[in-house]
Amino acid sequence: MTAHELHNMLVKKEISCADIAESVLSRINRVESKTNSYIRVEKEKMMEEAAAVDEYIGRGGRIGDFTGIPIAVKDNICTKDIITTCASRILKNYIPIYDATVIKKLKEQRYILTGKANMDEFAMGSSNENSYFGNVSNPWDTERVPGGSSGGPAASAAAGEAVCSIGSDTGGSIRQPASLCGVVGFKPTYGAVSRYGLIAFASSLDQIGPLTRDVEDCAGLLNVICGHDENDSTSINRKNPDFKSFLKDDVRNMRIGVPAELMVKEIDAEVKSTVNAALLKLEELGAKVEEISLPNLKYALSVYYIIAPSEASSNLSRFDGVRYGHRNKEAKTLREMYKKSRSEGFGDEVKRRIMIGTYCLSAGYYDAYYEKAQKVRTLIIDDFRKAFKKYDVLISPTSPTTAFKAGEKLDDPLTMYLSDICTIPVNLAGLPAVSIPVGLSPEGSLPIGLQVIGDILREDNVLKAAYNIERAVGFDKKPNIL
Amino acid sequence: MSKKYESVIGLETHIELSTNTKMFCGCKLSFGEESNVHTCPVCLGHPGSLPVVNKKAIEYAIKIALAVNCKIREYTIFHRKNYFYPDQAKNYQISQYDLPLGVGGYLDVDMGDYVRRVGITRVHMEEDTGKLLHTGRTGRISESVASIVDFNRGGTPLIEIVTEPDIKSPEEAKEYLIRLRNLILYRGVSNCNMEEGSLRCDANISVKKVGEERIGTKTEIKNLNSFKFLQKGLQYEIERQTNLLESGGKVIQQTRHYDNNTNMTKVLRSKEEAHDYRYFPEPDLVPMHIESKVVDEVRCTIGELPAEKAERFEKEYNLPKYDSSFLSNDKKVARYFEDCCKLYSNAKNISNWIMGDFSALLNKEGIDINDSKIKPANLASMLKIIDGGKINSKIAKSVFEEMFKTGESPQVIIEKMGLEQISDGGLLEDIIEEIIKENPGTVKQYKNGKKKAIGFLIGRVMARTKGKANPKMVNEIMTKKLK
Repeated sequence: MTAHELHNMLVKKEISCADIAESVLSRINRVESKTNSYIRVEKEKMMEEAAAVDEYIGRGGRIGDFTGIPIAVKDNICTKDIITTCASRILKNYIPIYDATVIKKLKEQRYILTGKANMDEFAMGSSNENSYFGNVSNPWDTERVPGGSSGGPAASAAAGEAVCSIGSDTGGSIRQPASLCGVVGFKPTYGAVSRYGLIAFASSLDQIGPLTRDVEDCAGLLNVICGHDENDSTSINRKNPDFKSFLKDDVRNMRIGVPAELMVKEIDAEVKSTVNAALLKLEELGAKVEEISLPNLKYALSVYYIIAPSEASSNLSRFDGVRYGHRNKEAKTLREMYKKSRSEGFGDEVKRRIMIGTYCLSAGYYDAYYEKAQKVRTLIIDDFRKAFKKYDVLISPTSPTTAFKAGEKLDDPLTMYLSDICTIPVNLAGLPAVSIPVGLSPEGSLPIGLQVIGDILREDNVLKAAYNIERAVGFDKKPNIL
Repeated sequence: MSKKYESVIGLETHIELSTNTKMFCGCKLSFGEESNVHTCPVCLGHPGSLPVVNKKAIEYAIKIALAVNCKIREYTIFHRKNYFYPDQAKNYQISQYDLPLGVGGYLDVDMGDYVRRVGITRVHMEEDTGKLLHTGRTGRISESVASIVDFNRGGTPLIEIVTEPDIKSPEEAKEYLIRLRNLILYRGVSNCNMEEGSLRCDANISVKKVGEERIGTKTEIKNLNSFKFLQKGLQYEIERQTNLLESGGKVIQQTRHYDNNTNMTKVLRSKEEAHDYRYFPEPDLVPMHIESKVVDEVRCTIGELPAEKAERFEKEYNLPKYDSSFLSNDKKVARYFEDCCKLYSNAKNISNWIMGDFSALLNKEGIDINDSKIKPANLASMLKIIDGGKINSKIAKSVFEEMFKTGESPQVIIEKMGLEQISDGGLLEDIIEEIIKENPGTVKQYKNGKKKAIGFLIGRVMARTKGKANPKMVNEIMTKKLK
């Protein structure tokens, strides 16, 4: 069930928070061993908190949209007094001393934290195979990956191990796993949600967002987590709209562009045809669909793999074993302590990106890599700006493929990196985008996601398009694990 | 230094601002408090925390940049300076790089017989590091088994002021730093306490043959943390480099540490070991657009500069140049002087006392004019009493000393100590006649034309009256009697 359905039942007193928590917990007990969606499940706390919220409701307390709703939180978002690992050995026992701003906002709603969801280490990966706490499996086919890096949040929402979840998206980390797991995943405009308390991967690209079972829950969670935060200098100062008010049955005359660069040969035929089918339905509803070209999008992947690792190499340097996190105890000198603690603490993909980033920022290489990449990033932003003069939204596949088999791309990072070819340009330009399920692949019965991209702060158009596609397509399939 | 060589010096000065809170978080600034009390997720570099710029620090930084005649950049950004060291919570320092706040300034340094204009390359903002404490008896890193970090200082707003290589001697370097410190103190944006490390100075120095255009290989000297050490460290380094070159050797580009115990510099690291800081724009902060309106507003709050003040003193109070510049050099002295001027009209008299006896006493006690017990009102009334002839200037010295000690008003002191000047003509005549009788020889000399002998007789009168006699009257009466 969705959060809004549960909310209505709570309001009508047809169900208690304890009932909801219990049902989610029994689901966790049944499938968690198969999915490994969580690094840590807060079983006892969940029931305690549910009882407390029931008591609060009993006293006549206000029932917000997510009051008493069990939500999974990706393990790179700081939760005070609850271990937050980033799926890394280096933070295996790290207990944050403060709550992230999004957690504060969820707490104001009196949400129920189901647990800290699994992910690729430091959000680096597209298959959730880079977690120190083990791979996450796709609830549709446990031999397949759930996508990444928010594999845990996507899998838990898809498998009913949480009603919805909170993830983070740096190059597609919400949308790609949402696509592979058949749920809705939204990356808001850069700066719409405070990053305070999100353990940084790439600061200029990271953004927190919801993974839900439908568009309405997605809009509901945006209402909760969006908003200006003075603790985050990059957060945008605007009055929050009511995101739910954009869920209207109307796409007549909506101008939709389909970027040719996101429909390239790397996209599987079954993905293309399913997305095209959804586009046809929109046209039938009166939307105007046109193919367009954003020529600089072809550089997006290269640009991303310079900027993101560069920022990461610096962001991750604080993990040195000095103040918190894993420290090698045998080291005799400071240098040795740094070296050993970090060598032991970080996994291969994280090390790879730290090395790439360190290289790109080094004297003599900075101009050729980082600076050049920033310039091309500006060109990509310009392409989008031009496109949004003509179109309300852009539509593409979310992921070039459906969920692939675990281990399939692990030894080939470049192929793995292609998984985010459609989602990465959006982060580079700071745009809002959503992935919604639009069908199953004929061959493997695996979900296929469609991406709707909007202009800066035009979440309204994105939600409107997504809501109409959702209703037109009527995707109602459930994963096999259920 | 051999006359064949001349030195080329550039200074980098770090100044901790005296804002209430740190550069990028809300923690209080502190000194000498219990370790790690003033810390938070941001200044401890905890995962997920983000910096937020302290607006007051920007304002203070603009004040400093304006003080050294810099242009304030309309567009300025922070960079990350990446290097691993435990005194840095994030292993990068948020600093500025190629787009600093202030550029292209200068400072005129008065060397007495000439003025050296020192170009200011840049004024930029950054955050201070934490403090490392090394365990063990000596506190030296080489003899300790462990180091602990105190992050109270970590994140303190820091301003770096970099000069062009325009400084030609250790003396000029010292004068530059004194002048810079005064300017900043004047603006009240830092306490510039060198012992507490709120003003720190590094120097780049090279020597070259006189007349040679090409600048020689430089070394960077760290830990020049007093005016004396700056001068001595540079002197040592100039000699070391000159001797090297004289003996056919070469200066190697390196960073050296000045040891004030041995008065020598030793190698800290060579160029090859220099860090690659991998600067890049800080993505957690947005660029700052500093409008000229804001700069003007800050400029208005600054008030007069010492030089402007000196000029005004000269005109307004009709003071000599020397007095004006002495009085305006320290903001507190200037204010004290002007407070006195409101109560007493002869500005030159006030100036004489402040520059003379008052300064001597203040220096002796090592205190500020503001901390002195003599309030402007009391100095003014003492000067009025002198003018009124109630005490003479010699007696006034003792009154002043007493005022300095006790803070009492001059009236009270004069009465208490019975110091009032004797201006009673009859009484003075009696005393003078006594003295004339007692010293017939001197009187004879005077009458024989040795006019100077009168001085001795007057001296005797003063001695008898314990200095209280009105000298003018004594002179008049004595001259009359001796005719």
